[in-house]
Amino acid sequence: MKAKRQRTALLFLLPAVVLLLCFMIYPLGKTIYYSFTAWYNFSAVQTFIGLENYKDLIRDPVVKTALRNTAILMAGVLLFQIGFALILAILVDGVRHCFKFFRTIYFFPIVISATAIGLMFTLIYKYEYGLLNYFITLFGGEKQVWINEKTSIYLALIPVVWQYVGFYFVIFLTGISNISSDIYESAMLDGIRPVQKAVYITVPMLRSVLTSSIVLVVSGCFKVFDIIFMVTNGGPLDSSQLLSTYMYQKAFARGNGGYASSIAIVMIVLGVAVTSVLRKMLQGGEEDA
Amino acid sequence: MHEAGKGKELAARILKYIILIFWALTTIIPLLWVLVNSFKTSEEIVKNGVALPAAIQFNNYKTIMSYPDLSMSRAFINSFIISGSVVLGVVLIAGLAAFSLGRFRFKWTKYADAVLIACLLVPSFATMIPNFVTISKLPVRGTHAAAVIPQIAGNLCFSITLLTGFMRSLPDELDEAAIIDGASPFYVLTHITMPLSRPMFATVGIMVFIWSYNDLLTSMVYLSQRSKQPVCVILSMVSNMFGTDYGSMMAAIIVTIVPLLVLYVISQEQVIKGLTAGAVKG
Repeated sequence: MKAKRQRTALLFLLPAVVLLLCFMIYPLGKTIYYSFTAWYNFSAVQTFIGLENYKDLIRDPVVKTALRNTAILMAGVLLFQIGFALILAILVDGVRHCFKFFRTIYFFPIVISATAIGLMFTLIYKYEYGLLNYFITLFGGEKQVWINEKTSIYLALIPVVWQYVGFYFVIFLTGISNISSDIYESAMLDGIRPVQKAVYITVPMLRSVLTSSIVLVVSGCFKVFDIIFMVTNGGPLDSSQLLSTYMYQKAFARGNGGYASSIAIVMIVLGVAVTSVLRKMLQGGEEDA
Repeated sequence: MHEAGKGKELAARILKYIILIFWALTTIIPLLWVLVNSFKTSEEIVKNGVALPAAIQFNNYKTIMSYPDLSMSRAFINSFIISGSVVLGVVLIAGLAAFSLGRFRFKWTKYADAVLIACLLVPSFATMIPNFVTISKLPVRGTHAAAVIPQIAGNLCFSITLLTGFMRSLPDELDEAAIIDGASPFYVLTHITMPLSRPMFATVGIMVFIWSYNDLLTSMVYLSQRSKQPVCVILSMVSNMFGTDYGSMMAAIIVTIVPLLVLYVISQEQVIKGLTAGAVKG
């Protein structure tokens, strides 16, 4: 009886196991292998070259730019997706009647394709008719050509950061609604002010939600692709590359499969490393408190 | 003193609304701008990017729907074939796997759980190049399935994790009663576990649909035939192909968003639940 149940359970698991083996675990191993080879244009010839790709990678100025850009992105998401979203959630929590309206609007960008958002911002940044130049002239400024080597990464990252503010807003709002109202009531009796309420009650009570959100936004920085691809495609002159866009170009536009694979491996290693360090740091702080 | 306190309170309230409304406007204004411009000719747009159209015309929409090489109407059909198949495949395969992991307990179950968690950490970039090679060797090359299969695989781990967690929380008594009456595991799955897990299946289905519909990268990499490509890939080529036809670009954005807007309006709660449940998805 038990053996038969076991067989059935394994049978039900089979399709998932086959798919994961063929399209997740096997390719992961293959990417690691490719990263040690010289391999061009998806040909049949792969030459094992050891750590050469990784050595090139350390010297590659574009990789340096991509890492710097990722750091800028991390600062942006922490400031806005965590900081600003938290402020919005605390503010909305105080306005009971139209909170649904704000939530509906704030969350909508998450539903839209990043591709559409990317194209939308490309048009917003246009010189002749773009929305940004309209607002600049409205406030008495001069029209500008926005995207250049210095500005490209910031302009490409604005939509990336903007899109997901509403996501964490909803997460924090749910967290706030889970805080017991008894705590607030007793604080109200003590005559607490709204700002004090936010700083001394709401934020500390959200600690675990904040921790997991911070880990989530930071590790998410390595997965950003679509919007950058649409707005600048890494340019001009590679100034707005991320590891993701650079890897895609190396593999599919310039046909350097070995080097692209080594970039992909660096992406996973960095992602896992940053996530686990962050977890340890944030949880360590929790024990002290 | 009391009056001053009241004034301060009012000022704080106004400031609060200003911040909230400001952030709402960052979403409303750009979308409205794109919508208004989608009804204008490109000359009108270049002349004045914010004016209302002289006369509402749908030429931009006609252009993108029937543009010979980048037809949005054909892209829509492709999108629904691809995303529909992905949702169906994920629900079916993940449902079976979750039933096996969630409703049976064996020694190996906890190892399977660990493997799933590890798979969540693998980004699609890490598997893209080998998958591209595999797909180009398989007979599915050049068909919708070339995008569907990797997308199913990419969504499996997360869907299985969500469904398994939900199925484990269901009470055992119903299954046991059915098994004592001689029901097969398949009967238990289709008549007891599946109906009870319907809310979680809906959440997973919506999450996977939106993710698949919006997915640019996998369709772009695995599916190079223009005639089979979904909406997002076509949209990504619009700015290069249409040159200075800005009106059509605006219309293409609106057309891409509309199905999602409809889904959002119909079932906002489900969509928000589905996407926030997908928070840790790779």
